[in-house]
Amino acid sequence: MSELKSVILDYVIQEYLEDDSDPLEFDSPLISGGIVDSFSMVSLKRFLENRYDIQIPDDDATPEAFDSVNKIADLVERFEAKKG
Amino acid sequence: MPHIGSYDERVKNFSWSMAEEELGYTPGDSINIGWYCTDRICDMGKGDRTALIWEGFTGGEKRFTYHDLKLASNTIGAFLRDLGLENGERVCLFMDRVPELYLGFLGVLKIGAVVQPLFSAFGDESLYVRLSNAETSAVITQRKHAPKVRKILDKLPHLKHIIIVDHDGKAPLREKEIAFSLEKATPVEELEIFPTQAESPSVLHYTSGTTGQPKGVHHVHYSLISQYLTGKWILDLQDDDIYWCTADPGWVTGTSYGIIAPFSLGITQCVLDKGFSAEAWYKFIEKHRVTVWYSAPTAIRSLMKAGEEIIGKFDLSCLRHLASVGEPLNSEAVVWSEKVFGLPFLDTYWQTETGSIVISNYPGMEVRPGSMGKPFPGIRGTVLDPASGEPHTEPGKIGAVALEPSWPAMMRGYWGNEQAYKSKFRNGWYITGDRARMDADGYYWFVGRDDDVINTGGHLVSPFEVESALLEHPAVAESAVVSKPDPINLEVVKAFVTLKPGFEPSKDLDLEIMNFIRKKLSPLAMPQDIEFTDGLPKTRSGKIMRRILHAREWGEEIGDTSTLEDD
Repeated sequence: MSELKSVILDYVIQEYLEDDSDPLEFDSPLISGGIVDSFSMVSLKRFLENRYDIQIPDDDATPEAFDSVNKIADLVERFEAKKG
Repeated sequence: MPHIGSYDERVKNFSWSMAEEELGYTPGDSINIGWYCTDRICDMGKGDRTALIWEGFTGGEKRFTYHDLKLASNTIGAFLRDLGLENGERVCLFMDRVPELYLGFLGVLKIGAVVQPLFSAFGDESLYVRLSNAETSAVITQRKHAPKVRKILDKLPHLKHIIIVDHDGKAPLREKEIAFSLEKATPVEELEIFPTQAESPSVLHYTSGTTGQPKGVHHVHYSLISQYLTGKWILDLQDDDIYWCTADPGWVTGTSYGIIAPFSLGITQCVLDKGFSAEAWYKFIEKHRVTVWYSAPTAIRSLMKAGEEIIGKFDLSCLRHLASVGEPLNSEAVVWSEKVFGLPFLDTYWQTETGSIVISNYPGMEVRPGSMGKPFPGIRGTVLDPASGEPHTEPGKIGAVALEPSWPAMMRGYWGNEQAYKSKFRNGWYITGDRARMDADGYYWFVGRDDDVINTGGHLVSPFEVESALLEHPAVAESAVVSKPDPINLEVVKAFVTLKPGFEPSKDLDLEIMNFIRKKLSPLAMPQDIEFTDGLPKTRSGKIMRRILHAREWGEEIGDTSTLEDD
């Protein structure tokens, strides 16, 4: 789980943060904090699907489910488990 | 009783001088939006009234009275003037929805400078074309957005100052950067307001078209007259209302109805600087007892998706009037809002160019779900026959929505692009670029755009701009960009891409291209779907035929393909 979180955190930092932004933590608000908007969420979802070979249905890709690295990791774990 | 009373009576007896008189403006006097939104309200004895309730994403709250608004805008105006900025110079606001955005807007106007708000999610290329076109003198921004300005600084010879409103001293300021803290600055009680005239430029918003670069829509201080009266009659803003406009001031709704209309009416408005979630929005309405709510179809559809159960957790009985803007409001959304809030969302129609609402549903008027409504009193509209260019004489015929450009907030030009401005008019009509039909009772019904511009979540995206940016990606040989249907955003961007030799389609390349456009232009312009293809449909002269691809995405008839290159 901690590796999963680190991968997601690193990706968010690399792709969505500018150089001088405040540090990001696992529980930092991503959507409500304005770091990732609803349009950008599509590319973050695509990254997760590519990287973990999962499909996240649109109904599960809610702003609440993507609002922190911790929540995203939970979501990915859930769909990885479904893969069996 | 709604302010407008009877729509039909207002139409019969209308004159813009009504608004002028209410505002105490006499033609020929100076008129400054910054002053009307602050000092005038204080002079009316309402200085202690709450003007702005701001809430950040962590839940922190700041409140400003009209006297605070006056002082803060004076302080920002004085700071800009001390930097040597003069009337007529363009000052860009490139910020999230922080208080400085709202206060800065008024401060810039007070010194007679032209305010250029830009959406803070714009990438460096989008920022560059807009700052370059406007020959912007100063950018007011936040620490987190400054790197995007730095990246393009060398290409912007007119840019003299980058003002950072939240500099914390941890990293040194760079070239042309200067820190400004509203909290630490000495408040300026009296500022000499620049005596702008009715036709003095005020706001420069950028909008995308099918071809060419984005165009700077030039508005003037006299626009206040329209924005004030439409805010009063359509949004029905009354003295004791708590108003929430969910639009970002990077776009025209966020300034015309998120700053100018509510503040010139002296009412209290709320701002939530937080990404969307249904729970957060309902909680915000409940907490601040919002009475009038102006939002967008994309948001409404997202709320519908979140379900009705969540609504039951909140007391939303404070709401009394709802309105929507940005894209056509589907009838299902109107019916849904009546069911769950006991109030319909009234659709309002206008554009960056029109500066204020021009066609609308009105409080007290029969709502026909799915209709755009009727023209605002004093505005003459029609549906033009595309063949003759003359108004249709029979109801129900589809044609171009056209308006007689006579209302105060109508644009006065595209910045530095007279030719593009002139092309928007035909036989004295302003051609909106939208198609509609009018029923026998004069209600307009939206049919579609007349061009290839993509309306995603209420924001216009130019396919040309995205295609141009795609060509800068090392793997892309050719591209065609169209809209595709989307249940929430109405439309989203789809790109058809051919690759250069040596590149193969892959999931990683797909994501790389998406992110490339997101960072270069904006998240709105990012293709949410990329289809790699071996070739694109072209005319025999080599022009890519977007309409073929568009028709395929929308399941429409492809039409005449006789000029196709290889049919």
